[in-house]
Amino acid sequence: MLAHEIVKNIQSGQVSPQEVVSASLQRIAQLEPRLHALIRLNPQAEQEAALVEQRLARGEHLPLAGVPVVLKDNICTQDLATTCGSRMLADFVPPYSATVVEKLRQAGAVVVAKANMDEFAMGSSTEYSAFGPTRNPWDTERVPGGTSGGSAAAVAAGMVPLALGTDTGGSVRQPAALCGVYGFKPTYGRISRYGVVATASSLDQVGTMARTVQDLALLSDVVSGYDPMDSTSLEIQAQFAAALQASSRGLTIGLVKEALAVGNSPGVLEALERFRSVMEAQGVRFVEVSLPSLEYALAAYYIVNTAEISSNLARYDGTLYGLRVPGEDSTTTMMQSREHGFGPEVQRRILMGTFVLSSGYYEAYYGKALRARARIKADFDRAFSQADLLLTPTSPFPAFRLGEKTTDPLSMYLADIDTVAVNLAGLPAMSIPAGFEGHLPVGVQLIGKALHDEQIFVAANAFEQATERAFARAAI
Amino acid sequence: MPDFEAVVGLEVHLHLKTKSKMFCGCDADYFGDPPNTHTCPVCLGLPGVLPVVNAQAVEYGILFGLALNCQIAPWTQFHRKSYYYPDMPKNYQISQYDLPIAAHGYLEVEGQRVRIKRVHLEEDAAKSTHPEGAPYSLIDLNRAGSPLIEMVTEPDIRTPEQARIFLSHIRSIAQTLGVSDANPEEGKMRADVNVSVRRVGEPLGTKVEIKNLNSFRSVARALEYEIRRQQEILRSGRRVEQATLGFDEAAGKTYVMRLKEGEADYRYFPDPDLPPIVVDEAWLARLKAAMPELPAQKYARYVEAGVRPYDAEILAYNPSLARFFDQTLACYRGNPQTVANLLNADVAGYLNERQMEVQETALTPEHLAALAGLFERREITNRVLSQLLPEVMEGADPLKLVEERGLRAVADEGALRPLVERVVAANPKVVEQVKGGNLKAANALLGPIMKETKGTAKADVVKKMLGEMLGVEL
Ligand SMILES: [Zn+2]
Repeated sequence: MLAHEIVKNIQSGQVSPQEVVSASLQRIAQLEPRLHALIRLNPQAEQEAALVEQRLARGEHLPLAGVPVVLKDNICTQDLATTCGSRMLADFVPPYSATVVEKLRQAGAVVVAKANMDEFAMGSSTEYSAFGPTRNPWDTERVPGGTSGGSAAAVAAGMVPLALGTDTGGSVRQPAALCGVYGFKPTYGRISRYGVVATASSLDQVGTMARTVQDLALLSDVVSGYDPMDSTSLEIQAQFAAALQASSRGLTIGLVKEALAVGNSPGVLEALERFRSVMEAQGVRFVEVSLPSLEYALAAYYIVNTAEISSNLARYDGTLYGLRVPGEDSTTTMMQSREHGFGPEVQRRILMGTFVLSSGYYEAYYGKALRARARIKADFDRAFSQADLLLTPTSPFPAFRLGEKTTDPLSMYLADIDTVAVNLAGLPAMSIPAGFEGHLPVGVQLIGKALHDEQIFVAANAFEQATERAFARAAI
Repeated sequence: MPDFEAVVGLEVHLHLKTKSKMFCGCDADYFGDPPNTHTCPVCLGLPGVLPVVNAQAVEYGILFGLALNCQIAPWTQFHRKSYYYPDMPKNYQISQYDLPIAAHGYLEVEGQRVRIKRVHLEEDAAKSTHPEGAPYSLIDLNRAGSPLIEMVTEPDIRTPEQARIFLSHIRSIAQTLGVSDANPEEGKMRADVNVSVRRVGEPLGTKVEIKNLNSFRSVARALEYEIRRQQEILRSGRRVEQATLGFDEAAGKTYVMRLKEGEADYRYFPDPDLPPIVVDEAWLARLKAAMPELPAQKYARYVEAGVRPYDAEILAYNPSLARFFDQTLACYRGNPQTVANLLNADVAGYLNERQMEVQETALTPEHLAALAGLFERREITNRVLSQLLPEVMEGADPLKLVEERGLRAVADEGALRPLVERVVAANPKVVEQVKGGNLKAANALLGPIMKETKGTAKADVVKKMLGEMLGVEL
């Protein structure tokens, strides 16, 4: 069942929150052994569903009444372990919940599980989880993408209708594309980061996942909004559901020349072409735009990303919480804990980040990356003077095989080529299911102007309506 | 002409007196509370937390900068300073780097300018203790995330005494502004000292840093010792080694904590969790308008009003006495110097003995003004004044006491004559001595007269009468 159907059926009394949640838990029990989308079930889920029922009986307005959701496991949940897919935090139980979790609970959603992810949200395939990889529901020999691969797989497999992920360089959009669901990353600052374990603070943003645009809007409305606990959060009213009433007629979409020039697989090109012809029929105009600095995006991204990671992950020293491998003194304890607690990709990025911030190298790397970032932003500004939205692939290729890229970090980094620039510029973007390559789903990416996130929903909704949801069907 | 001179710079940390900590809502007033009771996910540095700047701390930083004649940054930012230490929950300190809240100021110390290089805001670390013999250390995170101001001077100080006065001026300013208790004993103010010695006119010598000096006296003592030590090294033709020193209070000596290693690489970069702060004209104007009168301005005003510079300085740089002085002057018409004398001598003596602030006593400005008036109009004698002071400090009205006890000064020779004659007649031996030239012996006559009159007899009048009676010049 889709989220808006659940809410309607619960509110009309056709089904109870407990029934919905236990159906979700049954589906999880059935599919989880094949997919490993989740790290931990919430043992309180059924009690929480009962509470939702009581709140409804009291007449509370609950926009997500009884809707089961999963959260990526880097989103802190009070009294429920939050591991970040890492041995370092395997037993970490936060004493507080993230703002987005509070908002979900307030809206009546029930967190049924914490989803698998690449360790500390570093990777593109969910293979870097310390708890084993997640498999793609469309083909269990393939990856679901990453780093929010568990969330995407859970939604694609129908375990839950909604999920939250986090998107530092494409970590919501790319797995959404590879699993055939919608994945949305808002403008930086529209969803609170408080309680979301930081990977790279200036790039991180919570993102939403769903199987329809309407569900995606429903979830996005609930979790967005200003949070005084996050100094980078913005005071903007979310109007995603309202945007679905608007027409896409008259919109201009820019085709990003540089993103089409790199090697995209045939199914991806086909999906882009389909999106264009469907939307043209909806009265949307297409123009070609250029983002010349896009070629620096991946390099700039991995410098900013690793620099911030090296600082954000410094706190895991085995002193106050997390894995502690005692040594003869505090320095040895710190070093041993980090050596055993972090996997190779995390250690690689900490080393890179420490290097690029070191005195003598700062200007050559971090300083230069900041300047590239400013140029990329300026390029986007120019492109948006010609178009309301920009179209690119979400990923140059559909889901790849498990193990295909883990031996070569650089080829894994290239999986982010279409998505990282959006995070550098802080823009909103969505991956829209728009086709298949063989049996594998393919997504296209729509990028919006900063703070104009809702416009992406207008276009996505038009495409979904015109194609009668042909590309976001259930995987299993 | 001294052949050597010392070149001294100070780095001062002040704990800000904000309600909450620098980046979270925890109560910043943890002094004396049990360990780890003033903490939250943010100051514990738990995964997922974010800092939010304390606006009051920023305002305190601006006020302090203004008071030190600094330029206030129109645009300021926080950086992360990375280093691993168990009492740093995040293993980076949120501090300021190339865009401090205030910079390029100065402070006058006895007519000489000490330039202020920068004033910046940062968070404090936790406090670790290492119990003797225990295989563990203890960490108290109450202090973690407390707001601090760090102030750095240019190397403009030349003597230990200047350093001491500079620090006490800084304390007065911080207290006057209300931004910090600036109390070294409670750890609310700490100073590090940079010092080098050179032959006058020659380039700067090698400097050493003396860390964690916890009183102004320690700063002066450590500097005295260290300057002497460096002079001796230079005189003997050896070279001073760059080092970080500690100061052994008991021995009165500095000691080497560590010799210069490579410069630590703190990998500063702008904290992405904290957007830059814009200090606009309106905000600045509001803070300037709210600036209280500073000690230097107070000093000038007191001198202008006729207070002797010596007394004016003591009062101006003691915010609690200054406040009381101003309140007293508001209800007093006489010479301000009389009140200044009372505060700096009699009242200060009473307070020092009891380790109290004047505001903690029951003394009111009205009573002090009345007392000063009585004395200035010569309606009570010095002796009566001293007698009355303890009671007035405890809340008694001096006018009432004087009336009830009949303590008004007696200067009327006619009224005093019978008593003076009686005392002279009763002490023939003393009279002989005085007449024989031992003028001091006259005190033995003065005593009984004062006693008999409960101190109300004016000493100069009595002396004059005795002199006339005995034919000497007293
Ligand atoms: Zn706190």
